[in-house]
Amino acid sequence: MSDAHEAAEKAPAGATTAEAEERARREQRQTLLRIWLRRVLQQLGPFAFVLALGTFLAVESSVFLTSTNITAIFVQMSVIAIIAVGQTMVIITAGIDLSVSTVVALSGVISTIVVVNDHVGVGLGMVLGVLVGGAVGLVNGLLVTVVRLPAFIATLGTLSSVGGIALLVTNGQPIAAPISFDILGDSHIGPIATPIVVMVAVALGGWFILARTTLGRSAYAIGSSYETARLSGIRVNRVLVSIYMIQGLLAGLGGVIVASRVVTGDPSAGANYNLNAIAASVIGGASLFGGEGTVIGAMIGALLMELISNGSDLLNISNFWQDFILGAVIIAAVAYDQLRRRALARR
Amino acid sequence: MIEASATPTGQAPAVQMLSIQRHFPGVQALKGVELTVEQGEIHAILGENGAGKSTLMKILAGADRKDEGRILLDGEEVRISGPSDALGWGIATVYQETSLASHLSVAENLFIGRLPTNRAGVVQWRRLYRDAREVLKRLKLELPLRLPVSQLTIAQQQMTEIAKALSHRVRVLVLDEPTSALTETEVIELHRVLRDLRAHDVAIIYISHTIEEILSLCDRVTVLRDGENVGERKVADTSPDELIRMMVGRSLVELFPKQPATPGDELLRVEGMRVRGRDSEVSFSVRAGEILGFAGLLGAGRTALMQAIIGAIPSNSGTVYLRSKPVRIRGPHAAVAASIGYLSDDRRRSGIAELLTVGSNLTLASLPQFSRAGVLRRREERRAASEIVKTLRIVTPTLEQQVALLSGGNQQKTVLGRWLIAGVDVLILDEPTRGIDVGAKVEIYGLINRLIAAGKGIILLSSYLPEVLGMSDRVLVMRRGAIVAEFARGEATQEDIMFAATGQRAAVTTGRTGRSPHE
Repeated sequence: MSDAHEAAEKAPAGATTAEAEERARREQRQTLLRIWLRRVLQQLGPFAFVLALGTFLAVESSVFLTSTNITAIFVQMSVIAIIAVGQTMVIITAGIDLSVSTVVALSGVISTIVVVNDHVGVGLGMVLGVLVGGAVGLVNGLLVTVVRLPAFIATLGTLSSVGGIALLVTNGQPIAAPISFDILGDSHIGPIATPIVVMVAVALGGWFILARTTLGRSAYAIGSSYETARLSGIRVNRVLVSIYMIQGLLAGLGGVIVASRVVTGDPSAGANYNLNAIAASVIGGASLFGGEGTVIGAMIGALLMELISNGSDLLNISNFWQDFILGAVIIAAVAYDQLRRRALARR
Repeated sequence: MIEASATPTGQAPAVQMLSIQRHFPGVQALKGVELTVEQGEIHAILGENGAGKSTLMKILAGADRKDEGRILLDGEEVRISGPSDALGWGIATVYQETSLASHLSVAENLFIGRLPTNRAGVVQWRRLYRDAREVLKRLKLELPLRLPVSQLTIAQQQMTEIAKALSHRVRVLVLDEPTSALTETEVIELHRVLRDLRAHDVAIIYISHTIEEILSLCDRVTVLRDGENVGERKVADTSPDELIRMMVGRSLVELFPKQPATPGDELLRVEGMRVRGRDSEVSFSVRAGEILGFAGLLGAGRTALMQAIIGAIPSNSGTVYLRSKPVRIRGPHAAVAASIGYLSDDRRRSGIAELLTVGSNLTLASLPQFSRAGVLRRREERRAASEIVKTLRIVTPTLEQQVALLSGGNQQKTVLGRWLIAGVDVLILDEPTRGIDVGAKVEIYGLINRLIAAGKGIILLSSYLPEVLGMSDRVLVMRRGAIVAEFARGEATQEDIMFAATGQRAAVTTGRTGRSPHE
């Protein structure tokens, strides 16, 4: 038996390395294919669901495939999709932002109130609304990094406080904005409704940040392993604050779009956006444990959520059932994420 | 089985595994491996990572299936259909990671799933503790029965795991790398328990990377390489040199290929560093082209000191000088900016970013270098990463592979590669070869030599004495947060270091017969 290892020692090194290289090349091709397939499948799951649901609705409802309805779907989903892009970034860092729904309300309220009371221009009012969202994001980021609160608690706190502020500044009454305030929600750029254009722009921007910038890479690293990222010299606090601020700005943008569409600053707007945006991200493959998630996934997730809601309307399913179905879809998506994780851990 | 076995010695072997084959997609993990373990012997299985040790043991433990081959217990062929079936045959396995319920007490863990109850299903606590005491008494072990497992040391947890395995009727006990997280004294204690079991005719299969340990504990050793038997030896008839050659095809003198280097100017000086929660101030310096070794027992404060230097944990006082200029290091990012890198001792938690690709892991410490205005320059990034993959011979099918899917040695090379790409002048290596196989170790030593030749300064923290002694130009010994001794290269023996690290002569029984290579 000692012959075996002596023979191995004497074997010409060249032959074995050439063989090994050939094997490595073959394995490389296989693995690349596997990695690519896995990525496609991950997106394909929800996307196939979208297609199936779309086909079903097209058969069941004559209205579904009309251009009016299709446009309505995309306009309706735009706010959730925009917020879901930010939420995905936050979730990738293993955080969560529960404050978005009241940020939507506050941004809408502030942007209309400054137009009505202080006679600033509509454009400037909208910018201020978005910035208010960014400010809340900054607070969230600082609470998570400097004060070191768990994101869940920090943003649950700001959710309540921000909602309170929105009610305080309006006395609980909706603010009617001048009709020119509809410029963002009810206009078109070329043939396409403005909210859709904004949504696509946000998605492209979000994709760019996540896939092409150091900020995005750092976010994934922090979500995968905070300590690894920190010890590798990544300025984790800066990255986290930036991410929460981006999410705040996007929630603010969403709020302004909502206000513009109804030409009203409503302090109680946005109640559903929290859960829906998180659901869109998670359905799209973002993992609540961090380190995973994509913008395209979030978009597909948002589309799926909107299809469920639009389809329920078309099929005259009551709002109560809609809530139930949305909840069930969210639970199913998170359960699937957990199962996938566990399967990976058992590997 | 802890009671003396009824079978007289000279009978059929306790375990025979014949022509075991196992294919995985793309790999043949076992190519007809043979293993014979006699009753009442401690049989070591030695081999690098990927040699097939774990797969072989998983098949025996019922955690994996074989494609071909036969398993005989006491001469009779058996079919092992799953882990509980294996336990039914009297085969118990203790894995590297303990599978204890950390919130339950030791006694509860020992009898988990079969707590003694009365007819109403109420747990009979008194009987539980009595039975648990009985098990520990037979093993001559002392464990705090009522304490939750989470409060125990890793060694105690491991003992609990072994006791749990043996509270079943066990005739074959498999231990997978049981000592990798234990201190010297704990290793001695474990070995005592195992010898005791051997005397009671339990067949013990012992998987280890540590040759010294095998030589001092085991009776016979089977060496595997690439899924094949290289040979079987009686421990009394072999030498570390032969075993290493069998295992990797290299000899022991080549294991620590330290190349002579002439240290240049001082690179890093630390003065009066006091880690929060410690009383001592620590000062030392590293020169260009020098390997400064840090030895010490677990908990001596080496890791904390290094993390304080890079600003990862707070310090109460202390100044860091880089090339004689004081630098203010307010966090790891500042350390990286000042060209100091720290390779963590906990690869999984703070070494790799598991979910990221190999490529992204490699460039994680040098993102500013590979970006302009915050936008990644992906082509340059990719080029640097694939170059390092080639130089370090990181075995990965592509840069896009998730790093978690690589072997431990290749993960470690990836983390090292990260600091090579970052091009830091001072590299702190905290247990750089922990838990990786000999082949990868030698490659990492070779890499350290190259860094030294390029004029970098290396700080090497290691609990493995032959490694510190074999690689370092100078060795500092720490105890309770303070530096208690300094040795120049070739000046110290393992015993000298243990003496300094423990502070007393009496504790200098290493229990290992291994010689350090430069003696």
